Amino acid sequence: MKRFQYLLWFAHEHVSFRLHEIEAIASVLKIPIKWIEPPSDKPWYLVELPSEEAVQKLSARSVTMRRAIHLWADEPTVPRLHASLKEKCLNGLLEPYKLKSFKVDVDLFCNSQTQEEKLERIESFSYMPFQGHVDLKNPDVTFQYIEYYGLDPKIVPANPTRTFFGRVVSESGRPLIHELSLKKRTFIGNTSMDPQLSLLMANLGKVSNGDLVLDPFVGSGSLLVAAAKFGGHVIGTDIDFLMLHGRTRPTRKQTRHIARKDESIEANMVQYSCVDKYIDVIVADSALPFWRSDVEFDCILADPPYGIREPTERIGSKESLPIIKKEGSPVHFPSKIEYGLNEIIKDLMWFSSKHLKLHGRLLFWVPVFRQDYNDAQMARHSCFKLIGNCEQVLTTFTARRLLVYEKIKMPQDTDECSSAIPAASTFREKYFTHGDENRLTRKQKKAEAAKNKEIWFAKLNNVNVK
Amino acid sequence: MKLLTHNLLSSKSLKGVKVGYPLRIVAKDVKISECEFNKEFVKKIIPKLDWKVFVNAAVEIGQTSDLSDELIEDYEDDDDYLKKVHHLLMEVEIINGELICPETDRVFPISAGIPNLLLNENEVS
Repeated sequence: MKRFQYLLWFAHEHVSFRLHEIEAIASVLKIPIKWIEPPSDKPWYLVELPSEEAVQKLSARSVTMRRAIHLWADEPTVPRLHASLKEKCLNGLLEPYKLKSFKVDVDLFCNSQTQEEKLERIESFSYMPFQGHVDLKNPDVTFQYIEYYGLDPKIVPANPTRTFFGRVVSESGRPLIHELSLKKRTFIGNTSMDPQLSLLMANLGKVSNGDLVLDPFVGSGSLLVAAAKFGGHVIGTDIDFLMLHGRTRPTRKQTRHIARKDESIEANMVQYSCVDKYIDVIVADSALPFWRSDVEFDCILADPPYGIREPTERIGSKESLPIIKKEGSPVHFPSKIEYGLNEIIKDLMWFSSKHLKLHGRLLFWVPVFRQDYNDAQMARHSCFKLIGNCEQVLTTFTARRLLVYEKIKMPQDTDECSSAIPAASTFREKYFTHGDENRLTRKQKKAEAAKNKEIWFAKLNNVNVK
Repeated sequence: MKLLTHNLLSSKSLKGVKVGYPLRIVAKDVKISECEFNKEFVKKIIPKLDWKVFVNAAVEIGQTSDLSDELIEDYEDDDDYLKKVHHLLMEVEIINGELICPETDRVFPISAGIPNLLLNENEVS
């Protein structure tokens, strides 16, 4: 079988998610990948794929990739790249594209260029026997030229350390990130997940057409939107009645004085034309079993509350024999008790061990205090294998990690589960005290700097006077 | 709430309830909205259903169909059959009504299409 070499060109963000995403998509689409170069943190993967169609399908779902390029030249220096291309053009590489309209895109990684420099670079390919006209808006074929200057923006070499040239085969799924932008979404909450990370979750969760996907902490439904976009049929549950009915305090600052109207997860699904994939949302406490005992989901996605911006609560009472008072409102709002993050996670894993299909994926986020972080503290369950553990840095001290699990066996009575995220019980406390300390020291530093400046000016004046 | 959801829900979290399935339905408003037929999904969801409960629930809320109590064997290739199932699963929606626990008669209200399964603090086992 004839195979082709492709360069998968990535956006340089969420680097730790990249490999998991590509592997998950390839597995869903059953596309075999042969690595020409072992995957690294550099912004490209060099791979062999069975067909151009496979490349198109793969890149269409990826949100970490920019575009896929059929590689024509890959050289360590610019002159060698041109020499290689010249020779290949003589051998008729350009023949099929000679008469087509085209454009050349130039990317510099870890360096910048002015418009003139960019034009110069494009002009440097003028030896190529193009006969078609340049069309910047809608070309028949796009070429990509890449100069790579290393990964460290502090040490940028004078010349690129690697150069690529090739024909763009397909664009990635990144336009979806803009399509699902929270700025224009009908219904958002305070903790709505950013579209790129939601889409990443759906990809890492291997959501595919016709899957039944559950989010047990659905909130405003960001994860459902992403899962539905990739063919999942979605169900969500949440303990917050007002949230699911779109009656919480407005989230957007500009319209904070106007009450929400016609906002709901279903409205979002309509907005993104995937309401066909929307099953239902249910007001329920995920700490309690309310599903038929043999229900199986294909994928479970969750962003559990951390207790920072959303409370960690379950239904319960501190009283041993609670009494319900008659209230005026037709809806009774039960009292809630604290529900620790480790408890939430353990319950989620127990639940998934029963209600996730075999080889299905469970994904959820946990907050971590970066200096305390240790792999061993992450949740474990004998039915699950940890596939991925990707960090998204939030502040100097805090981050959250996306844990990706695959169910490797059916549940038994002897199963064990543990979760010992140390920051979990105290994360909130630390989050705020660290912030305070930080603010305080910053204030002190500022005061000191101001004082020093004064002394310096005083000295300067003294000198001037003398 | 769609009939698919009804098929998956129970009231077993209530104190003293053993099975809590199937929940009875009282439908006050029923809305029929068209939704694109996804053959793959219907084929994948049928084995996940409690079939008898599904057929009975449709009758309970007054949706007539010629689906029998027994699931036919070769449904995977029967587009007409799958479309009928799709219609009842995804296009029929209870906007206002009640779900009722079969053992304790506890009522769970459905409002604006969203069922509320929250228990009171004294009902949690």
